[in-house]
Amino acid sequence: MTPALILDLLLCVLIGAVALSAVLARDLLAGIVLFIVYGLLAAVAWVRLDAIDVALAEAAIGAGLTGILLVGAAARLRRRGEGKNVEPTRGMRRAFGRAGQLALCAGGTAALIALALTLPRDGAGLRPLAEQNLAASGISNPVTAVLLNFRGYDTLLEVVVLLAAVIGVWSLTPDRFWGGVPGLRQHARPDGVLAYFGRLLPAVGFLVAVHLLWAGADAPGGAFQAGTVLAAVWLLAAMAGLTDAPAVSSRRLRLLLVLGPAFFLLVGSMGAFAGVFLGYPPSVSTASILAIEVLLAISIAAMLSLLVLGVPRRLP
Amino acid sequence: MTSAILFTLCGIALAGIGAFGLVAHAHLLRRILALNIIGSGVFLVFGGLGYRLPQSGADPVPQAMVITGIVVALAATALAVTLAVRLFEETGRTSLPGEGSADEHAAD
Repeated sequence: MTPALILDLLLCVLIGAVALSAVLARDLLAGIVLFIVYGLLAAVAWVRLDAIDVALAEAAIGAGLTGILLVGAAARLRRRGEGKNVEPTRGMRRAFGRAGQLALCAGGTAALIALALTLPRDGAGLRPLAEQNLAASGISNPVTAVLLNFRGYDTLLEVVVLLAAVIGVWSLTPDRFWGGVPGLRQHARPDGVLAYFGRLLPAVGFLVAVHLLWAGADAPGGAFQAGTVLAAVWLLAAMAGLTDAPAVSSRRLRLLLVLGPAFFLLVGSMGAFAGVFLGYPPSVSTASILAIEVLLAISIAAMLSLLVLGVPRRLP
Repeated sequence: MTSAILFTLCGIALAGIGAFGLVAHAHLLRRILALNIIGSGVFLVFGGLGYRLPQSGADPVPQAMVITGIVVALAATALAVTLAVRLFEETGRTSLPGEGSADEHAAD
């Protein structure tokens, strides 16, 4: 056993233990905090798998934004007077039920592990193919090349899914707040820690986002990571009460949301006239991908922030 | 045993842990959390399988698809959380009808 393998083994055990405690935690909020810790550890696992792009996305989206979303919802349930939700485990029937569930999940896991061990150990996957065509993609980070060129349709559909989710969330607005401002008005002590970080971090975060976007062409990073960092610092400024969300009826906001997907679709359609949908002519592929990425990052930042803020709760 | 296999197995175990959380809890937020752990475990399996030949580096295709997956998982989580909060505001319930603890049913 090499030291690296021992480190990975310890990491796996730690991730499993934290996941188990997140699921079994008695208190909902404790479970959510453990889930955030779990997301950060999973990001370390992705670094160990040599997938820095995924590690960035997992830390920012999987742990960060999902965490805020769940904490916000739990706080909302608690504020509205939901009691502690400790599930009673009394009764033989319930105990048997629980044992059955445990047996089913453990059995399924064991079967999948046995199956995974039979897989060939030397699958190169699609890496050789991606590397052969990397020069033609106009981008030298293979992950960005797959995201925006080789499998551009995945990414196009993904941003449309994001847009659909925003519309889905908005459609759950109570009637009286339709067209209003999402989230609650935030107040923070002007000399407190939150207000301080709300002023300090957005400037740093903005630079990090621009760097991630620009570096994403030939190093880990890209539109999704940059958009998430932008969304995160904007949310921080909003939580510190320094800025406020626009009303969802705002035309400018809606324009911002569709800007990235619409431009992506436009460039893709131009490719269709030149031969293949979502295919870029090699002479302009670098410029096309960079332009798409900049606009996508802006739209993704807006969509992610709105997803986290939730339904309108105030009139404009 | 290589790191890739190790993380693949870890991912499967995480999906199992998440599946248990999904069936064992009635509280909707806990179910959403458990679903996220299942998803993240599946992603890790994908990542592990894409790293079976470490000397030639990680396969970029699973990486790109996992990034897509993480974003879609957030979108689904946001919609699910909004639905759960709305259900709670309308009915005072935190679980689906026919499930949940006895005390919760008593409040109906």
